[in-house]
Amino acid sequence: MVTTGTRQAPPRPRPRPRGSRVSRGYRVFQAVNAVILTGVVVVTLYPFVNIVARSLSDEAYIIAGQVSLVPRGFNLETYRLVMSDSMFWTNYRNTVVYTVVATVIAIVLTTCYAYVLSKKHLRGRSALVGIAVFTMFFSGGLIPNYVLVTSLGMKNTIWAIAVPNAINVFNLLVMKAFFESLPVELEEAAAVDGLNTYGILLRIVLPLSKAVAATMVLFYAVSFWNSWFAAFLYLDQQDLWPVTVYLRNLIAGATGAENVGAIAEADEVQAEATLKAVTIVLTTLPILLVYPFVQRYFVSGVMLGAVKG
Amino acid sequence: MSTPGTLHPPPPAPDLPATGTAPAPRRRKRRRTWRQAVRRDWQLYSLAVLPLLFFLIFRYLPMLGNVIAFRRFEPGGSIFGERWVGLRYVRMFLNDPSFWEAFTNTLVLGALTLLFCFPLPIVLALLLNEIRTRKLKQFVQSVSYLPHFLSIVIVAAMVMQLVSVDGTVNQLVQAAGGEPVPFLQRPEWFRTIYVSSEVWQTVGWGTILYLAALTTVDDNLYEAARIDGANRWRQTWHVTLPGIRPTMVTLLILNIGTFMAVGFEKILLLYNPLTYPTADVISTYLFRMGFGSSNFSYAAAIGLFEAVIGLTLVLSANLIARRTVGTSLW
Repeated sequence: MVTTGTRQAPPRPRPRPRGSRVSRGYRVFQAVNAVILTGVVVVTLYPFVNIVARSLSDEAYIIAGQVSLVPRGFNLETYRLVMSDSMFWTNYRNTVVYTVVATVIAIVLTTCYAYVLSKKHLRGRSALVGIAVFTMFFSGGLIPNYVLVTSLGMKNTIWAIAVPNAINVFNLLVMKAFFESLPVELEEAAAVDGLNTYGILLRIVLPLSKAVAATMVLFYAVSFWNSWFAAFLYLDQQDLWPVTVYLRNLIAGATGAENVGAIAEADEVQAEATLKAVTIVLTTLPILLVYPFVQRYFVSGVMLGAVKG
Repeated sequence: MSTPGTLHPPPPAPDLPATGTAPAPRRRKRRRTWRQAVRRDWQLYSLAVLPLLFFLIFRYLPMLGNVIAFRRFEPGGSIFGERWVGLRYVRMFLNDPSFWEAFTNTLVLGALTLLFCFPLPIVLALLLNEIRTRKLKQFVQSVSYLPHFLSIVIVAAMVMQLVSVDGTVNQLVQAAGGEPVPFLQRPEWFRTIYVSSEVWQTVGWGTILYLAALTTVDDNLYEAARIDGANRWRQTWHVTLPGIRPTMVTLLILNIGTFMAVGFEKILLLYNPLTYPTADVISTYLFRMGFGSSNFSYAAAIGLFEAVIGLTLVLSANLIARRTVGTSLW
């Protein structure tokens, strides 16, 4: 039961037509399929390889349009440059802090509400579910949200990032589905033993839900780590920005919405090509490093949500 | 899942969600059972207080805040505006050619995204499903999921590098004997760039639910189809696709629901004044109206219009799906 959330059902390929019945058409299909899927892998990975190659190359080769798969004029000078920029590290630290704080708030609120929604006997339960689900399909929109957050005095604080997005309804439904799948007998026995609702949630339900909780933490953490728009909108001071906004402002030099004179600056922009590549690599790296280890939790989370999505 | 009535703010107190369920004659009895429910489950209700506050303040209050679309709003004043101006802002955007340009672009980009990003995951899932080697299949899956985990800023940055004058795409153009093109400054290229990057980022991850659905198709059906003389193509057409139809319909409805909200953040990162003619969508236009020109009421009117269309689309898609194929979200 504890591991329900962590593993998907083993993939069950369609049975291969046996022995001599393998037709030529099928063999041709398999070959074509292999080519297509290899193409998918190459196309997916190429931008990563390209950006690493650019980040390690000499500026002159990039401008000449000669860098694709391998670095030309290998040097680490730009890496040294970016890593010695104290604002880059300040912003990186902000990203970490925002992610941790926002994820903690999100997990607490989501867990509480999902647990309440999972209790089928509860009066008003369907109204409580409806309140959450309706917001998936209709939202107040950008301007009223901005006006609200501003008038609550949350501008230029971490709360503008962490609070307005604290509950993701999809995650909420995933967790609710998981809680519903837990055997009721356990909780009933705990109640007979004198535990109240909070005790049951903390000591019985949560220890059984480590897998789904881990998945939720990852879902939230990745979305907060990657977010930039809330910070872009609500944080005016450079030393408050997360690293995504740092990167955004770097690349906005080329085609950003505010930069009307983009073309006039084209020469200058070219000189920053390596700088951008290096910053992209350094912001992508943490995700690439943890990705292989956490990927399956994401997959199982989606599956769990799909059961009752 | 009762949604009617929730357009208005939900009940004030978490333990009294009396969203018009009780007809008048049975009121006394209802109230008694409510009291019993609260007495028995007050601890559960107490857990719902903070999340409900969250929904009320950060989801439903902004919905009400949309009244500034019909009221004059002054920065620093009330979040619900100062005085009624009726449909002034609605008339304003209906007579605004830039709005209609953005509206058209939204429809075109939304339609193109739907056209590519809805069917391609199905195709990829079917192809993946034909791989016999388990390790190989897992490898392809892992690689294709990867772009989903990147920040949209990183994706936009990569796109910019790839299509820049010295980027890979222009290297290919030159290898084919062409002149380098500054793609991001060319309105005629924006749609291609946008949709390709969407495909790159979403198609792999989109296969997950289909792959799960594929494992649930009954093997006996394939056996029966084979005995009836169906080749693999016909098996796919007559057994596999009907088997994953509920998943397809559900995802189609969800896709249609996000139709109007086409990639706001990505477009904001990728577009520039030169590409506005094809790139500017409703959400980016209202963003500029609100934050560039500080006309909050006008922007809110556009936003409300967008949200209402979005909701209408989901509801009608859901209704059509229920009537025709018997699958729906609720």
